[in-house]
Formats: sequence, C-alpha cells, structure tokens
Amino acid sequence: MTIFQTVIGLEVHAQLLTRSKMFCGCATTFGAAPNTQTCPVCQGMPGVLPVVNRRAIEFAVRTALAFDCRINAACRFARKHYYYPDMPKNFQISQYEEPLAEEGHLDIELADGTPRTIGIQRLHLEEDVGKLVHEGTLETAQASLVDFNRAGMPLMETVSKPDIRSPEEASAYLRAFRAVLVYLGVCDGNMEEGSLRCDANVSIRPRGTAELGTKVEIKNLNSFRNVQRALEYEVKRQADALSRGERIVQETRLWDADRGHTRSMRSKEYAHDYRYFPEPDLTPLALDARWIDEIRASLPELPRARRRRFVSQYQLPAYDADQLTQSRALAEYFEAAVTAGASPKATANWTMSELLREIAADDEDAIRRSPVSPANLAGLLRLMDEGTISGKIAKDVFGKMVQTGDTAQAIVEREGLTQVADAGAIRAIVDDVIARNPKAVADFKNGNAKAAGALVGQVMKATQGKANPALANQLVQEKLTKM
Amino acid sequence: MPTALTALTIHELTERYRRGDVKPSDVADAYLSRIERLDGDVGAYLAVTHDRARAAARAADERYRAGRPLGPLDGAPVSIKDVFCTRGVPTTCGSKILEGFVPPYDATVVARLEAAGAVMLGKTNMDEFAMGSSTEHSAYKLTRNPWDLSRVPGGSSGGSAAAVAGELGLAALGTDTGGSIRQPGAFCGVVGLKPTYGRVSRYGVIAFASSLDHPGPLTRDVRDCALVLRAIAGVDPHDATSVDEPVPDYAALLDQGVRGLRLGVPREYFAEGLDPEIERAVRAAIERLRDLGATLEDVSLPTTDYGLAVYYIVAPAEASSNLARYDGVKYGLRAPGGKDLIDMESRTRAAGFGAEVKRRIMLGTYALSAGYYDAYYGRAQKVRTLVKRDFEAAFARVDLLLAPTTPSVAFKHGEKEDPLAMYLNDVYTVGGDLAGLPAISVRCGFSSNGLPIGLQIIGRPFDEARVLRTAYSYEQATDWLARRPELA
Repeated sequence: MTIFQTVIGLEVHAQLLTRSKMFCGCATTFGAAPNTQTCPVCQGMPGVLPVVNRRAIEFAVRTALAFDCRINAACRFARKHYYYPDMPKNFQISQYEEPLAEEGHLDIELADGTPRTIGIQRLHLEEDVGKLVHEGTLETAQASLVDFNRAGMPLMETVSKPDIRSPEEASAYLRAFRAVLVYLGVCDGNMEEGSLRCDANVSIRPRGTAELGTKVEIKNLNSFRNVQRALEYEVKRQADALSRGERIVQETRLWDADRGHTRSMRSKEYAHDYRYFPEPDLTPLALDARWIDEIRASLPELPRARRRRFVSQYQLPAYDADQLTQSRALAEYFEAAVTAGASPKATANWTMSELLREIAADDEDAIRRSPVSPANLAGLLRLMDEGTISGKIAKDVFGKMVQTGDTAQAIVEREGLTQVADAGAIRAIVDDVIARNPKAVADFKNGNAKAAGALVGQVMKATQGKANPALANQLVQEKLTKM
Repeated sequence: MPTALTALTIHELTERYRRGDVKPSDVADAYLSRIERLDGDVGAYLAVTHDRARAAARAADERYRAGRPLGPLDGAPVSIKDVFCTRGVPTTCGSKILEGFVPPYDATVVARLEAAGAVMLGKTNMDEFAMGSSTEHSAYKLTRNPWDLSRVPGGSSGGSAAAVAGELGLAALGTDTGGSIRQPGAFCGVVGLKPTYGRVSRYGVIAFASSLDHPGPLTRDVRDCALVLRAIAGVDPHDATSVDEPVPDYAALLDQGVRGLRLGVPREYFAEGLDPEIERAVRAAIERLRDLGATLEDVSLPTTDYGLAVYYIVAPAEASSNLARYDGVKYGLRAPGGKDLIDMESRTRAAGFGAEVKRRIMLGTYALSAGYYDAYYGRAQKVRTLVKRDFEAAFARVDLLLAPTTPSVAFKHGEKEDPLAMYLNDVYTVGGDLAGLPAISVRCGFSSNGLPIGLQIIGRPFDEARVLRTAYSYEQATDWLARRPELA
C-alpha cells in the first residue's frame, strides 16, 4: 500500500478595511441595502475610469512587510476577463505578471508546538465582484438580481507556496494568517461575512517522490473547520482514487459543507482563458522607498513576537501567552491591566476565565468596548490582593461589573461586600456555628478533618461570604483543638 | 440674420456678446433653427438638446447683462460627439447596443465646457464606438460632407466635423484614436486638434482603445481651437492617466509667429499612395511657413510603415476588453428571447454590435488569447515603443513635424467597402496616436473638385502651444477660410 504525501497551497482573499472602494469613492460598509453603495465607476458604466485607492496600497504593503515579502517597487494592474453578471465590466482589475509583493513567509506552530515555515509566493490587490441574489434557489429561480455594493471592494489575494503538508497545517496557517491581518488592522477577518475567503490547491504524491501530483482546486472554504474538513475529504478522495488505479483530473471542485463532500465544478478543458493584459487606464505604481520604510516603521508587534515577549517579560506559561495573543485587542487588554498595576499571572487567569466567558477572544470590537475596562479589572484584583474581598466575592463583583460597567470599589461599597477581617466578630460567629453543629464537631474529634471545612463553610455562609476565609479557617481550627 | 450669426467664430461672437450687440439666446436659436432646416440633409446630429441649449443660453444672457460673463466660451454653442457621456441626455456611441442608455453623469470635458458657459446644442453622429473613418459605421444614420453631400465627412468624429463645417455647430468635441479628429477635420475643412495623451481627461469618454483615445476640439479657426482646448485641458482626479502639467493661455500665445522654429518634413509621409493634389497643397503650405521665417529640415520616421499594423493590434485588443461590459445585463439593449443568461448575452451582442465592431472584437480577442499574446499584443507594444523613439529622435532635431493629414480627400459614400482600404486612411494619423503626441489638422487648400485638404502639424508632448501658434501663423497668412460650403 502506497503512503501518500499531501501537498497543499492556499489562496486567501482578504477584504481590506478601507473606508472607500478600490477604484472609486463608494463606501464599503457591510450590509447596506442593495445597490446603495454604488456609483458609475463600480457599476461599470460606459466611460468610467478607475483611480487607485492609496490606502489599499498601504494596507497591502503593510501586510507584505509583515510576511517579509519583497515589495515590487514597480507593479501594475492587469485586466482579467471572463463573463459573469456579478462583474459589471466583465473583467476584473487585478494584478498578474507584476504583483505588489512576492517571496515571503509565514511562520506557524502546530498544535503540538512544532514550528513550520510556509512560503508565500505572491500578494496582490484586486477588486471584488458583486453578488447575485436568486429569486428562490439557483435551480428554480425565474430571475436573478445583482447587488453591486460589494463590486469594487478592495481585495488582497495572498497565495502560499505548496508548503502545507496536512489539513491541520492548512487550518493552522489560515488561523495564523488571519491573526496577522487582524493585528495589522487591514482586515476584520470575519469569515462568515466573507471578509476572509479561502481556496485550496491540493494534490498528493507517493512519499519520497519529488514530482508534484495533479492538483485540484477546492473552492468555498468559508471557515477554519471547513478548510480542514474539505481538505481531509479531498485528500482521502484522491488517495482512494489513486489506490484504485484511477487518475486525478485537474479540475476545480466545490466544497459542500452540508453534504460534507467536494464536487466537480469545471475541468481544465473548460478553464477560462482570462486574456490578461496590463490595465491601460492605470499607470504602473511607483512605490516610493521612503514611504515603504515609513510603513515598515509603523508595523505593530505581530502575534508570534508578542507571544514570545509575554512569556519572557511576564513569566506567563506558553499556554497563557498563546491564549492572550489570539487577537490584538485581547493582548492589548491584558497589557493595559498589567500596566494599571495588576499581577500578570492573576490578570492572565482572570482575563482567560472571566473576560473570555463574556466575550469571544477574536471579537476585537467587543473587547475594546468591554464594560470591564482593563483598569477596572486591575482595581478588582487589587481589592482581592489587599484582602478587602475574597476570591469568591470577587467573581460575583466581576459579574456585576459586566452588567453595570461600575468599578469594583463602587460595587463593593454599595453592596457592603467588604470582607470581615475582625477576629472578634468572626469568633462570635464561629462559636455560634460550633454550638449549632455538635455532629460536625464530633466527626472532627473522631478524626474526620474534613468536618472542619464544613464548619468554615457555615461561617462563610453566615457572613454571606464576607468573612476572610483564612481567618475563619484559623479560628475554627483554634476553637476545635481547644475543645 | 441667422446666417450671419452662424458664420461667426467664438471669439467674434463673444466680443459681440460683451458689447451687447447680440445675446447667446439669439445665437442658440439661430443654430437650432438652422439645424432644424438643414440637418436633414447633413445628418450631423443624433440628438438635438433644444431645452438644455435654450436654458444654458438664457443663463449666459443674464451673465452678460450683469456684466459678469464666465470667460471666453460663455454663450458659445458646442456640439458633443455621442462618445461623451452627458447626464440626462441619451448617449449611444453610435451603437444599437447603447440604445436608450441615459448616463447619470457628465464626462469631465462636457462638465468643464458647461462650467465655462458653453451651450450644448446636441450629440453628434459617429462611427459605432469610434471605429471607422467615414461615419458610415454609425448604427443610426448617414452623415454627409457639407462640401459635397455625396461624400463622407470622415470619421469617426464625422458628425462633429460636419456640424462645424456646415455651420450647424460652432465648435465641437471629438475623439481621436487613430485619426478620428484630424481626418474628419481635413475632410470637412475645419480645425481638428488631437492633444497630448493625458492633456485632456478621458473620464466619461466611452472607451474604444484606452491607451489611444484622445478627446479634443474641432473648430472653425485656430483661435477658437485654442480657447476650447484651454477650457477642457488639465489634470482630472477621475482620470489616472491625465497629467498634472500647467495649462497655458494658448490663445494669448498665438501671435508669436514661427520665426526661428525648426520644422521637420518626414519623408515617409510623402510616400506612394498620396494623392498628388494633396502633396502639392501640403508642400506649398510648408513653403509658406518657410516664407514666414521657419527653417525646414528633412527627417525620417523609419517605423511609419508599421504604425497601422501596430494600431490594428493594440486598438482592437483594448476594444475587445472595453466592450465586454455591453452584455444586456445593466443598460442599453437587451435582446429578447434568451433561453438563459449566456444565450441572452450572445443575442444581445449579436444584435447590438455592427459588423465593424464585431470584426475588431474578434481581432482583439484573438490578439490577447493565451498562446498568441506574445506574438501579437506583446510584440505590437514593443514596436509601439520604437514608433515613439522615432518621434523622439526627430524632435531632438526639430520643433514640429509637417505632413498631410490624409492620403486622399473625402471619398464617396460606399466607396471603401473593403475594411483594409478604409484602414489606410489612418496611415498619416496613427503615429501621433501611438506616440500620444499633440497634432492638429488645418485647411491648406482644395482639390480640383472643391474638397478641402488638411495640413497636419505634430508637436512634442504637451507642446500644444507651439502647434497652435504655427497653425495660426499659417492660417493668418492664407485666406483658405474665406471659402464656405453652400448648403441649400
């Protein structure tokens, strides 16, 4: 039985977070009413001309620098032709022979910690197409409508080298890729809304051979999970076919997430001749070296570097550093709380367990707008540290901070939650509890140490959790041993 | 007297406006009634915009009455080739496929003319998508040359040239991709200027061949040409290929004469196939300029022979791409009876495009196809660079080049059925388009059968001022403009 090696390359399309479209001034807000964010240019009217969005170029350069790509100082746009009604000019302005950047890499870590370097072949800019809306299903529709709101949105296509060796690696690459884009602030990374789209080229070859197998392109991979599932399915399909002595056909296949399989869209014989030629309405871009240097200087710290720094600077376990750098907003939240005076480990624990219970780690906006600000989290941890409140009370207080947005101090004062650390007051309660629980006392005397815990629990309950737990424990122990 | 009014140039008219002798509304009315009376014979217009013209003229009346005219074009009637988008006015580009299309925006040059106070009279006829040299490829009507109604006005800006020549318009906008301003200018005996590529915005000009399309003016005389160019020239944020070069006051620079200018005479432009009457007229004009103080020099443009071949690869290739958007989905014609999307698109394009347009789409699609790109489009672009270098070498020695505009005078309708014979009309004009140079055609005589002959003056990039001043010196030294075509 032949052992196959999997060879995967990913093409990722990322919608850039510019305020206006790639070649006109129309807004890029998601979810507007159909055809309200359009103009003659992005509707492909007769006579219109494209004008390049400088911000989109800046975002692409920023990304290319983050991936250590070579920036082509002279790059240009090209027209890619095919007929489809969602594309108003029946050609797409893209880049072909002279892309914006080439030859970079993205370093990733697999789940078991193995480091991998995935090459990036090219990175280029293009315009998005519109959307068809079918009346009913595609098969039964009597008419289809076109919404050009998305037409002309800036898209950045990044093509990896065929360096990915498994579906898990593909998923890890895509996660790391997404994190970089989100860190850079160039894309919101939202796969459900289509801000990030992924196609894969996959082939298999007998292990040890140098020659690549026939590749198949898989489209419609719209989540991390689907990338992995689709590739797992496809690798198995190809292995089964080869094992049966069949040949792999070079084709484009569509991933059907509901049915969990890929199906053929078109074979190579029906592949388009895109008739690329340099876009005559745009002059070649001449990227100024100084401008590129300025962009390089303004690059934020990227996920991998930040993860390493969190371990060395804050002595966090690798797991914590990994969790906290999942998104830029989360990492910034953590650091802001530490800067406000909280201990790194306690902040890490509370951020991971409490904050992420309320807010998803990749919901950057929600983290930035969190009702519990980093300073307020630090304030809460300080009250706990000083013994003003217990850990248990602190969790309740956190819940109330989420609901009200108030500081921990305000909540503790308002609700009288300050921990009782007055030995005299607690001793009276201890006496009372012991008097009312002769059975527990007897158990303790008979050697059941756990019975003391139950008594401490009673004391805490009687004080609505406000007694200092350590003190309560100490006083119960004292009283019991004296009896 | 309407006839008298329509015989005046822009600079003559606006002087009278300022003096209060006549007002823009009178002139607009004079043109509109002359169009009403005579355009049935000439066929210069596809649409006459009476209401827009009268409203604009009345506004100009007010400005002159208040003593605050907008400038030298205020109240001047203009005719716009139907290749320019005009907000609210049907724009067909001479094609059935754009029947019913009403642009929601104005081309930059149209907006600039109207902002300068010009009064748009209407949209002029043209070869479909500007592909042709006779205006016979219009999907809508035939346009006749005012000098001889049995003959073509040239093309593709034939409606604009015929309007200006026949006094059915005063100044007009055209586009020149292979000669489409200068050739009809020569055939109709009017001034036609193709500015430098990037001098005038292409935004709103329905694209034929993007790297070759040059919008420019057609006028009665050189001074009017200078006035219109100044109004439409200059960088446009909507056109990334427009160039941010200062726009001089061309009219103010006309009087500087030609003394000391070095004029080159490219020998390849006086080759076999040139009508001897044209050669005589053009050589006489060249002598006249020498008499006026210029020096002459023989120059060579060795790649001239390849110009047409390069042009007929590059232009159709770009056209095949630019015309892909006409598919019946969004605007214009949608042919009925389509079984599905692809069938609808095929039927629409089959019914909507004329034979010449289809021929060029086929040529261009082929030239860009995988496996043929390098041999055709790629190679043509390389030769285009050589053509440019030829001109650069010549302009290292001389300031301007002088040549005939066309190898023959206006021909009869139906005379050039063979596409190749038609293409040969562009032999002296394509070079200027391929190299993006400013070039003008001015009247320099008449053939024995009374048809105008054009002298072409080609300049360095952005040197329109010298081109215009040389043309003006020649015009002032001759009295060719005295002759006018007689329409019924």
